[in-house]
Amino acid sequence: MERPEPNTAWLDPEAKPFVRIMGVTKRFGDFVAVDAVDLDIYKAELFSILGPSGCGKSTLLRMLAGLETLTAGRIEIDGIDMTDVPPYERPLNMMFQSYALFPHMTVAQNVAYGLKKDRRPGGEIRQRVAEMLELVKLTPCADAKPDQISGGQSQRVALARALIKRPKVLLLDEPLAALDKKLREHTQFELAGIQDQLGVTFVVVTHDQEEAMALSTRLAVMNEGRFTQIGTPADIYEHPRNRFTADFVGKINLFEGVVVASDGENVRVRCDALDRELTVPGEARPPAGQPVALAVRPEKIFIAKQPEENGRVAMRGVVLDLGYFGGLSLYRVKSECGPVIEVSAQNRQRAARGRPEWDDEVYLSWEASSTILLVD
Amino acid sequence: MGASAPPGKQRSWRGPRAWLRIGLALPYGWLLLFLLAPFLIVLRISLADPIVALPPYTPLFDWAADATHRIYVTLDNYRFVLGDDLYLYTYLNSLQLAAVSTALCLLIGYPMAYGIARARPANRNLLLMLVVLPFWISFLLRVYAWMGLLGTHGTINGLLLWAGIIDEPLQMLYTEGAIFVGMVYSYLPFMILPLYATLERLDPALLEAASDLGGRPRQVFVDVTLPLSFPGIVAGCLLVFIPAMGEFVIPALLGGPDSLMIGRVLYDEFFSNRDWPVAAADAVLLLAILIAPIGLFQYFESRRPEGEL
Repeated sequence: MERPEPNTAWLDPEAKPFVRIMGVTKRFGDFVAVDAVDLDIYKAELFSILGPSGCGKSTLLRMLAGLETLTAGRIEIDGIDMTDVPPYERPLNMMFQSYALFPHMTVAQNVAYGLKKDRRPGGEIRQRVAEMLELVKLTPCADAKPDQISGGQSQRVALARALIKRPKVLLLDEPLAALDKKLREHTQFELAGIQDQLGVTFVVVTHDQEEAMALSTRLAVMNEGRFTQIGTPADIYEHPRNRFTADFVGKINLFEGVVVASDGENVRVRCDALDRELTVPGEARPPAGQPVALAVRPEKIFIAKQPEENGRVAMRGVVLDLGYFGGLSLYRVKSECGPVIEVSAQNRQRAARGRPEWDDEVYLSWEASSTILLVD
Repeated sequence: MGASAPPGKQRSWRGPRAWLRIGLALPYGWLLLFLLAPFLIVLRISLADPIVALPPYTPLFDWAADATHRIYVTLDNYRFVLGDDLYLYTYLNSLQLAAVSTALCLLIGYPMAYGIARARPANRNLLLMLVVLPFWISFLLRVYAWMGLLGTHGTINGLLLWAGIIDEPLQMLYTEGAIFVGMVYSYLPFMILPLYATLERLDPALLEAASDLGGRPRQVFVDVTLPLSFPGIVAGCLLVFIPAMGEFVIPALLGGPDSLMIGRVLYDEFFSNRDWPVAAADAVLLLAILIAPIGLFQYFESRRPEGEL
């Protein structure tokens, strides 16, 4: 998605956060679903909360909507304390994972519901519903009941119903999870387009990292009730700060190691698994002897049948397994020093000749700067 | 079935479809035998004249001496029942009693069903069990128990006298109020169970969505909960109204001598007057009155779009 003016409000120290989540905790009995979480979301952002199921992301979203009470902490929207405001008085709306369309109302009645509860005049309701149905391309379905339309159409009704009141913030709970893959890709760009057009702040909860990466201005990775990292998709993918983030977002090869020395520019790490010492560029200065993890993304590794030039981390191996995905192939290579390393390679030529096959001896290599040092 | 039978025919007798047919034939056969056949007998009696004989009504086929026969049918019983103000009053009284009992059951049963459906899942079965528990004791016994409670020297009067709230016992038994107490008490579970079934299936996300869109709790109830529980309301009301309309035991035991209910009149007509044809005509008319609301319900159901709750 191309944005004419990229939204980078979070870099501006003067910018006021639009949604502020401060020390928010939710306990269910002894179980801590959300653990003292802090988060600032800026106006017109498309912010995603990404995490495995049960990480507390939906609970956090429900607390934003007012559907769940806070055990501790505070939520502000546009500078106003929302902590104890009931859901029907909050200036935000939610799109439910199941869409939760009212089965006894038509599409148009579903969309109009929010305005009716605001006691808007009938003429205004009709006009705004017509506009909104136009926006989500559902005008022909206005008089259909929810069980007469497709999953993709239901999703757009749910979106229209949640947007009709022009909420300050739109909360989306797994907005694309119920759609099939092809429709999901299409809808995800449509969603971003609508967000851009209306300038509404979107907060999306998802377990699908591709969805989060493609949609978001920024995203927060969540695990066991806490954020492991908050940043732009590129930030999180290329500079993960801990093992969980690195492992959860995208594929990655992880190797255990121990710090040998660091000088503020490079960190030297002894990696027994790879049977060598690696130099990782980085300003971090972990003490010698600290256990760390080294991580390399599969697409950062070159695979070839001949040895590569020097200056890179290089090793020999044998192809254990390969998966052909059309655009790219994924190799699992048993390296000479032991660990199985995943490598992805783009299939630039149509001919399969020259590509490594099963049981081929191959040479793997990557740039020293591609190695990610993970301290936690 | 021999080796010469065509394979298609063989399959129809052995395959699962054949079992399905037998499975369907059983309940239909049962209904035919024990519902339709007795009804036809009642219908036939309602078209006869009472005579002092055994059975006490004129036969349908009159075999004359000259070996010809004629069919004897009369609508006199219906004319009598429909022309008599007392019968009209009885029907109206029964209708009113059944309608009020149904309304009371709905008013009391809806909040109870709602409460059970919203209770923690672990508690729901216990609460449902408590609703069904009275069925474990004979219906007649439970009605007698109410006589003991409501009587002039009964438990309630005794307590009130002992507490000094009243000076002389209240007349509670043998009043219309006692009938309502007995009816609501007896039929409440039939209202709660279908209501619970629809309310329990109601997706909580729908209520949350309505609330999120600005619906206050009362509006959410009116806009979402109530319309989506409509099938449960209809089912519960039918389950209470139909037996309440023909109820005989409760008005007979708890009601006063002036509480004329159709079930009681029918009983008197049959056993005291030994006028079987009039009693049968009464029963047929009662059935007609009861079928009307079911027919209306079916008609509205078929007009709703498919898939709607």
